[in-house]
Amino acid sequence: MRRRACSVRETLPHDGNTFRLRLALLAAAALTLAACSSSGPIDSTPPPRAPGPFDKALVLRGARLAAIGNCITCHTAPQGRAYAGGYAVHTPFGTVYGTNITPDPDTGIGRWSEAAFVRAMREGVDREGRHLYPAFPYEYFTRLSDDDLHALYAFVMTREPVNATPPANQIFVPRPAVALWKARYFKPERFQADPSRPAGWNRGAYLAESLAHCSACHTPRDALGAEKKDQYLAGGEVGAWHAPALDASSPSPIPWTAAALAAYLHTGLVDEHAMTAGPMRPVVMNLSQVPEEDRRAIAEYIVSIDTRAPREREARKQAALAHAPLRPAAGTDDRAVRNGAAIYAGACGDCHDRGRAAEGGALRLPLAIGLTIPTPRNLIHIVRDGIVPGVHDTRPWMPDFRGALTDGELADLLTYLRSLTDRPPWRDVDAEVKRASKGAG
Amino acid sequence: MIELRVNGRVHRVDADPQTPLLYVLRDDLGLNAAKFGCGLGQCGACTVMADGEAIYSCITPVSAIGTRAIRTVEGLGTVDAPGPVQRAFMEHQAAQCGYCIPGMMMRAQALLERDPGASAAQIRQALQPNLCRCGTHMRILKAVARAAELMGRGGKT
Amino acid sequence: MRQSRREFLATGGALVVSFTLAPLPALAQEGGHAAPTGPKLPGSLTRNPMLDAWIRIDANGAITVFTGKVELGQGVKTALQQVAAEELVVPFERITMVTADTERTPNEGITSGSNSMKDSGTAILNAAAQVRAILVDEAARRLGVPAAQLTARDGAVHASGRSITYGDLVAGGNLHVNAAAESKLLDPSRRVVMGRALARLDIPAKVTGGVAYVHDLRLDGMVHARTVRPAGPGARLRSLDAGAVERMPGVIKIVRDGNYVAVVAAREFQAIRAARALGDRTAWEPAALPQDASIHAHLLGLPARDSVILDRGSPDAGTFAATYRRPYQLHGAIGPSCAVAQMRDGKLTVWTHSQGVYPLRDALAEMVRMPREKVHCVHMEGSGCYGHNGADDVAADAALCALALPGRPVRVQWTREEEHAWEPFGPAMESRVRASLEASGRIGSWRYDVWSNTHSTRPGKAGNLLPAMLLATPFIPEPPRAIPQPEGGGDRNAIPLYVIPNARVVSHFIASSPLRTSALRSLGAYLNVFAIESSMDELAAAARADPVEFRLRHLEDQRAIAVVKAAAERFGWTSFERRRGHGRGFAFARYKNLAAYCAIAMEARVDPETGDVRIGRVAAAVDSGEAVNPDGIRNQIEGGIVQSISWTLFEAVTWEPQRITSRDWARYPIARFSHVPESVDVHVISHPGSPFLGTGEASQGPAAAAVANAVADAIGGRIRDIPLTPGRVHAAAGASAAA
Repeated sequence: MRRRACSVRETLPHDGNTFRLRLALLAAAALTLAACSSSGPIDSTPPPRAPGPFDKALVLRGARLAAIGNCITCHTAPQGRAYAGGYAVHTPFGTVYGTNITPDPDTGIGRWSEAAFVRAMREGVDREGRHLYPAFPYEYFTRLSDDDLHALYAFVMTREPVNATPPANQIFVPRPAVALWKARYFKPERFQADPSRPAGWNRGAYLAESLAHCSACHTPRDALGAEKKDQYLAGGEVGAWHAPALDASSPSPIPWTAAALAAYLHTGLVDEHAMTAGPMRPVVMNLSQVPEEDRRAIAEYIVSIDTRAPREREARKQAALAHAPLRPAAGTDDRAVRNGAAIYAGACGDCHDRGRAAEGGALRLPLAIGLTIPTPRNLIHIVRDGIVPGVHDTRPWMPDFRGALTDGELADLLTYLRSLTDRPPWRDVDAEVKRASKGAG
Repeated sequence: MIELRVNGRVHRVDADPQTPLLYVLRDDLGLNAAKFGCGLGQCGACTVMADGEAIYSCITPVSAIGTRAIRTVEGLGTVDAPGPVQRAFMEHQAAQCGYCIPGMMMRAQALLERDPGASAAQIRQALQPNLCRCGTHMRILKAVARAAELMGRGGKT
Repeated sequence: MRQSRREFLATGGALVVSFTLAPLPALAQEGGHAAPTGPKLPGSLTRNPMLDAWIRIDANGAITVFTGKVELGQGVKTALQQVAAEELVVPFERITMVTADTERTPNEGITSGSNSMKDSGTAILNAAAQVRAILVDEAARRLGVPAAQLTARDGAVHASGRSITYGDLVAGGNLHVNAAAESKLLDPSRRVVMGRALARLDIPAKVTGGVAYVHDLRLDGMVHARTVRPAGPGARLRSLDAGAVERMPGVIKIVRDGNYVAVVAAREFQAIRAARALGDRTAWEPAALPQDASIHAHLLGLPARDSVILDRGSPDAGTFAATYRRPYQLHGAIGPSCAVAQMRDGKLTVWTHSQGVYPLRDALAEMVRMPREKVHCVHMEGSGCYGHNGADDVAADAALCALALPGRPVRVQWTREEEHAWEPFGPAMESRVRASLEASGRIGSWRYDVWSNTHSTRPGKAGNLLPAMLLATPFIPEPPRAIPQPEGGGDRNAIPLYVIPNARVVSHFIASSPLRTSALRSLGAYLNVFAIESSMDELAAAARADPVEFRLRHLEDQRAIAVVKAAAERFGWTSFERRRGHGRGFAFARYKNLAAYCAIAMEARVDPETGDVRIGRVAAAVDSGEAVNPDGIRNQIEGGIVQSISWTLFEAVTWEPQRITSRDWARYPIARFSHVPESVDVHVISHPGSPFLGTGEASQGPAAAAVANAVADAIGGRIRDIPLTPGRVHAAAGASAAA
């Protein structure tokens, strides 16, 4: 077994959270005492890179699975070649860069056997035996079936080889410390179907909990970055964005139905719900390429996690549709709300007052989940950066108001919009706006 | 009455506060450079600067401007005394119909004031919000690079 | 009439003064579709033979030159001024150019077809030369010296020691004569002004906020209008609830006539809000459109008129077969169309960026039922139009609104959505190639068929104006017509310049069109050159020949050979290293087989996974005959290449059964800075003394084919449907990888 030198990188976490730093240093210290345990390398002869031995139908199946897994997003740098790595994943412990998973022999995984690939996906260990950071979601991929992994291997091995080395990770948790984390939080396991549920639901559960790894974003995590298993899909954070709760605490003004969610996963745009924005956009773009039955299965499963009774969901929907007019009630003397209302009338109302059905109209905002989630962060990004499609993408376009509104005006606008909901005001809107300015997305 | 600071002067305009800045600039102040291209924040023909930041004047209501200093192409210089960006664009004949050019110039001015050493790649990226339909892009890029040189020599204008 | 003017002038009045007293018809030629009569003179002189229709000189020597062509951003105003300055032998700055105005300038029809230098440049070249000769002769008479001993220079005629200014030489209406068929032109090898890359006249105002466009025009008391257009093509107004809108702030009037709806307000933003509110309160009965996805099949199922435009030898069935398609595409002017009109004292004045003020004047006069002389159209620049866009229609909007508010100047500004949805589109087209190679490796047989709707629905008739079509008593559009060869419409450049012993080219003109179409830069040449030059590459591959060498094999035109070799050499064609994902492409055409020659080489980098295409280096060579302003030529070729890359990689009009959906830049994306080439190098080959060859549209077709050829070279798969979207590129790359 090859030993690797253990070095503790002193890079501070992104947000300077000293509690986390101490915890992590403790973990690292514990580790320098422990053996740098890891699995051994898996030797392999370089597998063939030409598509010859891979059956075309198998590759196509792998493509479908890779789209559900959203692999291309985390393994492609902005402006970079597909799957050649370099995409920055910001975690509370630093930044991890997606690796080059093209079949390039020197900088990619061109020398990986199928066994090595499967072990990485199921156990979070690379070909040399090093532990992989759980930013790579093997906690979920571990549930994949043998057949699906076989197809995924065929797919990655038939991509264009690209010679490209991603930037070095800037994470202060040394790899061997990950072994501790895994020992505590990770258990390789296969998907267990629920016999009391129909086949379609189980298929959706399988896809959601393995490839689509919805929970990775939509479930809250503790200080060590582990999922809070008892709050499954109760809302989480992904980078600078909040991923809304999908369970009974879902803040969506109109509760999701399976049909609506399936349509949303297809186009990102469905009646009475906000457009997809932020990190969910690439997810939807990839899911739009898979068969409808896959999206439908995922949607049915996810909607089933919201355990509210149909009557409660219907009441919620009616309340949202019957919402009060957008102007604050007469006599409101909250300066921010008034100022925000004026800003809304000048900058937003001409589109957002008219509803999507009108040419040039946009969603009436009381139906927007950005107003009802616990943080104004998503709305800050949307107003600042707009929702701007990629250069070839013909989906709807919300312009960016970055320069149009000062920080103070944006804060007032957020306060006003929040006042249109039945939720308590957001805390510290000004600070959130400033924090978002520094982070620069 | 709305008070606006534009190109170093204070103006008082009798306009609906919800009016986008673009129409106030053009119709009330007679400043022709900023153009109506889409009114949707998609093309950048309306780009002006507010406190040094490039903004879409077509979607910014005048009520949101406050005390911020607005700058338009007219504030960069005149035919007889052109500023560095204007000089560079004339030097390179960086226009065909010219309709998109004021927006390009203001976006370039904002970039170069913030980052005088911007590389060719950074210039290209910074201009991404601005559309040109005549295909003058190559000259625009050269003109902005030239403007950076001119600004480097004589300092910011 | 002429007599009284001469008497007036004999007392020493300047021609400029006389202009305002003389009846209009004597000075400005009648417009309309009247065919030019009289002997054949150079360029547009045939139609406008009076020298002083083109050139005026007043007593203090100020020179005004008039052209019926318009500045579109192509630099023609500057180039024409260079031509005039050259033959008049005056400093460039001494001249004032006046462009198309129905009360002041010659009628040169439409600024289009890349004909401006050929028509107006040639006319001005000769008119200036003949004016110079007249002034020299007058000086000779007064000085008692033979004309051959005199030289014209710097605005005066000189003998040894003595000189008389042009201003002093103008007398007795000596310029009010018909042009002659021949001119004493200056030696083209000794150009002073022509051939130099002079700075454009219009740019300084454009970069300093001067009044440069009709959009900038502001008149006292001017009010603002916006239209409310039907929900989709052919939709009819069902109901309109105007009450609340009439009471909105600043609203002056709602104009309604059948399906035509517009609202006029005091301030621009008031008009915008009122129009939006009115649109939300208007219901339309929609008309059905054919399916977007199967439009080509639909078009080919419509009746067509077939013309054999080339019939040489006996072509066979062909061993190589390919079908090429292009969707409807937009002009997509960056500045939506705009016009200002005022009805005052029985006269309608319209300020417009129309490419043809005379035909527009006639159409407007017909629409508002006024005599032609009572309608005055003045050109002011718009943003680049690239053909027949909304310019004429918005002029009609302005006319209708002006008539509804007599005395008030009315400004109508089209919205982005309006321009995208209602401008006449570049037509969808399909073409088929069937060809065979001889054993020698040359093309032995060539069959080409092309299907297209009309590329020309410009006004002259009111029925071609959108607002006129919407009136309660609508004007009916003219029956669509095909533009005949040698210029051609859908069949422009359908005949290859290559030498092929057996060839047959058939043009199928489809009169009926589900969507309104008209001229978009280069017309049918874009698709035809795309098809021909893509096929040339495939045939070259079949012949195992280099694509450039294969083309040279089939060319005998020396100027064509020169541009092909120049482009290839400047690109470094023979030293290019091809790799998977990184390829090169070449294409050549002579625009209309009559105008400029253009060859283009480019490299493309393609990501087979995402289908993203990035163009790297581009090298082009162009021969426009005598290059009046080489920088202007380079600008046009560069611009055409970049625009064509955008058309070819990005653009397609889209629609649902009842409405156009590609209504803004989100839904009709075009190339942004991220997708324009790394570099474009244009080499201009000039032949001083040669006729001017139209250049503005010469690079559209070759650029499209060069893109397709470079992409094919990069991924080993061929795409024949425009646009080459990421989806199509990815599929072609996958198909070739699997093969």
